[in-house]
Amino acid sequence: MARLNHIAALLLSLLFVVSMMASASATVGPALKAGVFNPPYMAPDFSLRGSDGSDVTLARYRGKVVLLTFGYTNCAAVCPTTLATLAQTRSGLGKAANAVQVVYVTIDPARDDVARMHHYLAAFDSSFVGATGTPDVLAAVRRKYGITAVKQGGGSNYAMAHTSSIFLIDRTGKLRALMPFGHDAADFVHDVKLLLVQ
Amino acid sequence: MKPASWKFRPFIATLLLLLLIGGTGWAALAPIHVASHDELFEIPKGTWARRMAGEKIEILPQTIRLTLGLNDVLLLKNKDDVPHIFGPTLIMPGQSFSLPFAQASTYTFQCTAHATGQLNIIVDPAPQSAWERLRWRARKLTNTVWGFAGLPYQHNHAGHG
Repeated sequence: MARLNHIAALLLSLLFVVSMMASASATVGPALKAGVFNPPYMAPDFSLRGSDGSDVTLARYRGKVVLLTFGYTNCAAVCPTTLATLAQTRSGLGKAANAVQVVYVTIDPARDDVARMHHYLAAFDSSFVGATGTPDVLAAVRRKYGITAVKQGGGSNYAMAHTSSIFLIDRTGKLRALMPFGHDAADFVHDVKLLLVQ
Repeated sequence: MKPASWKFRPFIATLLLLLLIGGTGWAALAPIHVASHDELFEIPKGTWARRMAGEKIEILPQTIRLTLGLNDVLLLKNKDDVPHIFGPTLIMPGQSFSLPFAQASTYTFQCTAHATGQLNIIVDPAPQSAWERLRWRARKLTNTVWGFAGLPYQHNHAGHG
């Protein structure tokens, strides 16, 4: 009888430890610096023309952490800051940077063609991929992510007010988190490392 | 002849004064402990349908005020049956979005649900002095009283994102 009690106690302890480990691995959210979606769903996919000459889809980057952001190359302050931060993030990750892909979707297809995006992004990091498409297709992508893009001013020097957050998509393609504009590279490095080990 | 209760008026007044002084002293000096850092806003089930029926519903105020170390996590929950743009992001039905803040500052998000197109989040530093603790508790009390009265201020309302 005492032996049975010992076995039961051992099994209960094991069950407790396993359940604790399971709950710890299931809820990494609070540890991230970014805002966390719970539960996380698959990031809405798209098919756009890439600045590297190929089609850009999220499925293409399964196995990598994707940092997805929306902007335009004539952006005076927000986009250069974001892209510089993401370039610093890749530098800060060392070898792990190979498992990270930055995707920059234009909100201004009238001015951002493939060649212009390629040239613009190369100034930050040659691995960054820009994505463009027809206005309707890009608008549909923005709707799926809740992105705002509003034209301001007229003529050829108009500006665009736009959502400046960065989406963090894990290696399985799930939209895990959103980093608001203003965070530094250290916060991205922290979160990307967490997403890479899951 | 005065009623008997008048005899106790000085005693009651003194007691109330002592309570007021004691309460204010406690509010100023006692460290603040909170059960949760979450500042919760929810989109209730049926919000979309009510909007489609022409009802004007508001959830998020134009400006949200948070305090580091106390309520420094914005927690948005979508309990409706359709996706909603709620503050800084699109939230799916049944999904929540938890956004922590680590620096005191004013944050501005594009938010189509507001007439100005913007949502402001002011994050104050953690209250350090007695005056700051007192002010924080007074604001919290005001919010709670207004909330119970059903007045249109922050916290756990129905409405748009």
